[in-house]
Amino acid sequence: MSYFIQVVVDGLSNGAIYAAIALAIVLVFRATGLVNFAQGGMAVAATFVAFALTRAGVPVLLALIAAVVFGFVLGGVLERVVMRHFEGGDPDTAVVATIALLVLLTGLSALFFGYEPHPFPSLFPNRTIGFLGAFVSLRSIGTIAVLLVIMAALQLLFRYTKLGLAMRAVADNPQSSALSGLPVSRLLMIGWGLAAALGAIAGVLVAPQLFISPGMLDFVLVYALAAAILGGLDSPVGAVVAAAFIGVVENLAGAYLDFIGDDLKIAVPFVAVIVILIVRPQGLFGRKVTVRV
Amino acid sequence: MSLLELEDVTAAYGHAQVLHGISFSLPENGATGLLGANGAGKTTTLRAISGMVRTTGRILFEGRDISGLGPDRTAHLGIAHVPEGRGTIGQLSVRDNLLVGAYQRRDRKQIATDVDYVLDLFPNLQQRVKSNAAALSGGEQQMLAVARAFMAKPRVILLDEASLGLAPSTARRVYDAIVRLRHEAQVSMVVVEQNANLAFSVVDDATVLETGRVALSGSRDELMGMDAVRRAYLGG
Repeated sequence: MSYFIQVVVDGLSNGAIYAAIALAIVLVFRATGLVNFAQGGMAVAATFVAFALTRAGVPVLLALIAAVVFGFVLGGVLERVVMRHFEGGDPDTAVVATIALLVLLTGLSALFFGYEPHPFPSLFPNRTIGFLGAFVSLRSIGTIAVLLVIMAALQLLFRYTKLGLAMRAVADNPQSSALSGLPVSRLLMIGWGLAAALGAIAGVLVAPQLFISPGMLDFVLVYALAAAILGGLDSPVGAVVAAAFIGVVENLAGAYLDFIGDDLKIAVPFVAVIVILIVRPQGLFGRKVTVRV
Repeated sequence: MSLLELEDVTAAYGHAQVLHGISFSLPENGATGLLGANGAGKTTTLRAISGMVRTTGRILFEGRDISGLGPDRTAHLGIAHVPEGRGTIGQLSVRDNLLVGAYQRRDRKQIATDVDYVLDLFPNLQQRVKSNAAALSGGEQQMLAVARAFMAKPRVILLDEASLGLAPSTARRVYDAIVRLRHEAQVSMVVVEQNANLAFSVVDDATVLETGRVALSGSRDELMGMDAVRRAYLGG
């Protein structure tokens, strides 16, 4: 029994990592209507800023704040300088541009910091506590707590604030939004800035476990995309639930199904995602998109 | 002084020039129609006013040249544009669409009053307040588009083919509400219509466009008295 709980707990702490990036994907999707592949690159770049600061002796919390500010500015600048040229055009072109940004940002991070992974200090004490016979690290608990707060904040932002309403409107129909006087370009810039700032938090949360390197989030991005899609792409709660699901299923399959083991376990959650999406194409928590002609 | 005045306005999409020097004016609290066949430049004229196409010539709003300002800026000045094809925000509820319309306003209490007012004006929307705009019928979407424009408390509403694709009785109901809106809310209007009967139920005067030029203009009664106009736009 305690082994089972341990496997589930480990799965949840992996899921928390996927959830961090998945939330950022959901945020930028709701704010711009795009799936943004540059998300991972922006998060890594901002995390490297925090890394450079901690190496210079700055406390982790201050470094995190600096990384968040840097991320916000980076996201805003990328929108202004690069993405604005693709707005109003074919969304596919814009998505390809975000992939280009991912490659560029990863390359720039490598240029400054190299490709080897470096250890990264944790925001939370490096201890574990006992829970029903399993060991849970305070780091995982802290990460999950921060994520739940962010999830709730995003839900509130989109559902109950004027800014959230404006961002949803712009993502859906930029032209009509502009005709209603919404400052479309500025709102998209804020959306990108917020997504990158959130990426910075995610990066700093997961870097202690993954070790920081330019490719740190490459595989996480795959899981996070799966989680965001499974959750419904526009639902912060859905993204977190789906990420937890993916983390736990993956770990359980690896631990209990002998023929799967550690090598094949990555495939299990994706098979589950495919099956679920066949049954519920809008995702677990996504709203059905209505189109009428 | 005119509220809105166009002087020799031209507009082009890329190399294709669509407007070749349009002039007309809209008095304070007035309503003017733009009539004409498909491709005459009616929609482009509205797009020129709200800053969605590049133009030459002068577009004066309250005496100030607004040409070159983008749509969000002209909206700020008090120009609400109900675009062709309605332009509601599909994945937002009816209520949220109305609140987006009121985005620039700060007077919360008055916004709530105005939401009640438009729901009274369009009772169909009252029942669908929580539905996504995309799930509404064509007529309801058109009502929502007009209601959203009103929520900005504009000085002038630019109305583009509000009857397009609607059953005649639905189109009539939409226009009845527009007439009510014009008089109760004292908002000026530029009305683009192919169906001149509907247009003449709202406007005081009209300009007829032909291939990007002003063919003729006059008061409602003058135009309705002309054989050519009757034949072309009034079905006999």
